[in-house]
Amino acid sequence: MYKLDQPPLLFESSRLGRSTAILPDSDVPDRPLDAILPGAHLASQAPTLPELAELDVVRHYTNLSTLNMAIDANFYPLGSCTMKYNPKRNERLAGLPGFASQHPYQDESTLQGLLQLLFELQEMLAEIAGLDAVSLQPAAGAQGELTALLVAAAYFKDRGDRRTQILIPDSAHGTNPASAHLAGFEAVTIKSDARGLVDLADFRSKLSDETAVFMMTNPNTVGLFDPQIGTIAQLLHERGGLLYLDGANMNAILGIVRPGDMGVDLMHYNPHKTFSGPHGGGGPGAGPIAVRDFLGPYLPAPIVARSDDGTYRLDADWPKSIGRVRSFFGNTGVLFRAYCYIRSQGPDGLKSVAEHAVLNANYLMQLVKDLYPVHYPGRCMHEFVASARSIAREKGIRAMDIAKALIDRNFHAPTVYFPLIVPEAIMIEPTETENRETLEQFARVLREIVDENPATLHDAPHTTPISRPDEVKATKTPVLKWQPGA
Amino acid sequence: MDPKSLRFTPTHEWVSLQDDVATIGISKFAVEQLSDLTMIELPAIGAKLTAGKAFGEVESVKSVSDIYAPLAGEVVEVNNDLRDNVQLLSDDPYGKGWLIRLRVQNPGAVASMMDHDAYEKMVAEDAH
Repeated sequence: MYKLDQPPLLFESSRLGRSTAILPDSDVPDRPLDAILPGAHLASQAPTLPELAELDVVRHYTNLSTLNMAIDANFYPLGSCTMKYNPKRNERLAGLPGFASQHPYQDESTLQGLLQLLFELQEMLAEIAGLDAVSLQPAAGAQGELTALLVAAAYFKDRGDRRTQILIPDSAHGTNPASAHLAGFEAVTIKSDARGLVDLADFRSKLSDETAVFMMTNPNTVGLFDPQIGTIAQLLHERGGLLYLDGANMNAILGIVRPGDMGVDLMHYNPHKTFSGPHGGGGPGAGPIAVRDFLGPYLPAPIVARSDDGTYRLDADWPKSIGRVRSFFGNTGVLFRAYCYIRSQGPDGLKSVAEHAVLNANYLMQLVKDLYPVHYPGRCMHEFVASARSIAREKGIRAMDIAKALIDRNFHAPTVYFPLIVPEAIMIEPTETENRETLEQFARVLREIVDENPATLHDAPHTTPISRPDEVKATKTPVLKWQPGA
Repeated sequence: MDPKSLRFTPTHEWVSLQDDVATIGISKFAVEQLSDLTMIELPAIGAKLTAGKAFGEVESVKSVSDIYAPLAGEVVEVNNDLRDNVQLLSDDPYGKGWLIRLRVQNPGAVASMMDHDAYEKMVAEDAH
C-alpha cells in the first residue's frame, strides 16, 4: 500500500527573506509607527510569520487538499450525517452576485429578490413539516434545537406553567440533552425497548406535569421508524407537553409523511444533511425551525413577511418573540442552497430522495447483515446500525479497526460507537446519491476486511500520513500550537 | 475490595456500606465498556446527593457518561487521586478507583440492591 506523506508545515518550510511579493518603493513619505498608533498598542516585536515563495504555498495547499477524504472523491457512509452529494448547480447559483454580494444593511427595497426567496423558503419548510410558522435564523441544527426549546419555554412561561423537564430517548443525538440543559431544563433519559424503539412503559412512568417537551428523532438513530409516535404525541398532549422532532433524519421521510401530521409541535431541519447545504467544515450552517401556530408568536424576530402590496419586508413586530438568535437573517448562503435544492427537486423529487435513501440503506444492509449482525433487525429506514461485537469476540477485530481499515481501501469510515446503546456499533448511511455498483463494492470490502490479519488491522490505516493517534493523550494534553524545534 | 461483597445498581455503580458511610464506584464491566478514560468529574465534599440523580461524569474517548447516585446522602470524602490519574479507575475499579464516600440517610436501602451474582446475570442478559 502506498503511504501518503504529511507535508511540512509552512512554518517549517519558511526561510528568512524568501518573500512572495517584491513591493516597489513607496512614494508615500515614511512616518514613524508610533506617530500613527499609540505606543501602548504596538507589539514589542514583529510577528513571526512564515516566509515562502508563492509556488511553495500553492503546492503546500494543493498537496494538503489531496489528503482530504471527501464526498466528491470517495463514498462517505457516515451514519447520522447524511453525507449525500450536493449538486454543483446549487453552489453556482449561490455564488451569483445578485445574491452573494448583498449587504444586510442595504435598504429593504433593494433586497426584494433575496427576501422573496427567504419568504418562499419559510413557506416550503412549513409545508414539508406540516407546521405553521418558520424561523430561518438559527445558524446550525443544534442552535435550532436550543431555539425551539427556548420558544417552548417562552410559551409555558406565558401560560404561567412552570415545567422543568425534557424527556429524551437514550438513542438520541448528544445535542438533545445539551440543548435541554442550556435552555434551563433537566434532561430525563427514556430507555429504548428491545426493538430499539421508545420504551413506552418507561415513557409513561416519566411523563408528568413537569414534562415540557419530549424530544424525538424519527426515524431514530438506529435507523428505525417509531410507529408509536402517534400514541406518544397523544399521551404527551393530554399532559400539556409538546412533541419536538429532531429533524436530523428528515432525509428518510421527506414528502412521505409530514411531522405535523404525526403530532409534532416543533422541529428543526439540518439543511446540510437534507437540503444540500455544505457538509461540515465548521460552518457556516443553518438550522431553521418550524412550529405550530400557537408557538409562532415566540419565534425569533424578525420574520420575513409579505406585505399586502406584494413586497417583502423583515417583520420585527413580534412582541412575544424570544429575540434574535443570530445576526441579520441567518446564514443566507446556506438557506439559498436549500431553496435551490427544494425547488429543483420539487415535491415528487423530494419524495424520491427519501425512497432511494431508504432503498439504498436496505440493499446495503441485506448485502452485509449475515456477517455484521444488525442489532435491531427488520427493515431499516435511511441508515442501519450493524454490530461488530461477534467479530470482536471471535477475531479480536473491533468496530474501530474496521473503520480505520476502510480508509486504506478508499472509503470514508462509517460512524462507530454511536448510538451508545449498540455495542461495537457501525452506523452506515449510504444516502440516495450512491449507485448500486458503489454499494456492492463497499459491501465486498466490508466482507473482505474481517478475513484480514487482526494485528495488521489494529495498526490501520497504513496509507495515511497519520495512522492511529493516541486519543487519550490527544484529549488530555492536546498540542494546539506549533513550537519551533518541538 | 472483593466485588462479591458489593451491591450494584442497574446503571453500573457499586456500593460498599460500613455503618452509615457508603463507598461508591463503578463496575469493572462499565469501565471496560467506556474504553479509554480521559477525565472524571466528581462532586465536592458536602454536596447533597439525591438517589437516582447524576452526581458526576466520566469521559472516555468514546463518550461522556453520567454517574448516578445509588443512595441519597452527603458527600464526606472524594477520591482526589482519580482527578490526576483516571487510569486508576480502569486498573482497579473495586479498589483504588473508588469515587466518593457518602453519609447515607437510609442505609437500609442497600439491602434491596443487586448483589454481585444478580448484577452479573443482568449484564449477561443485556449482552444478548
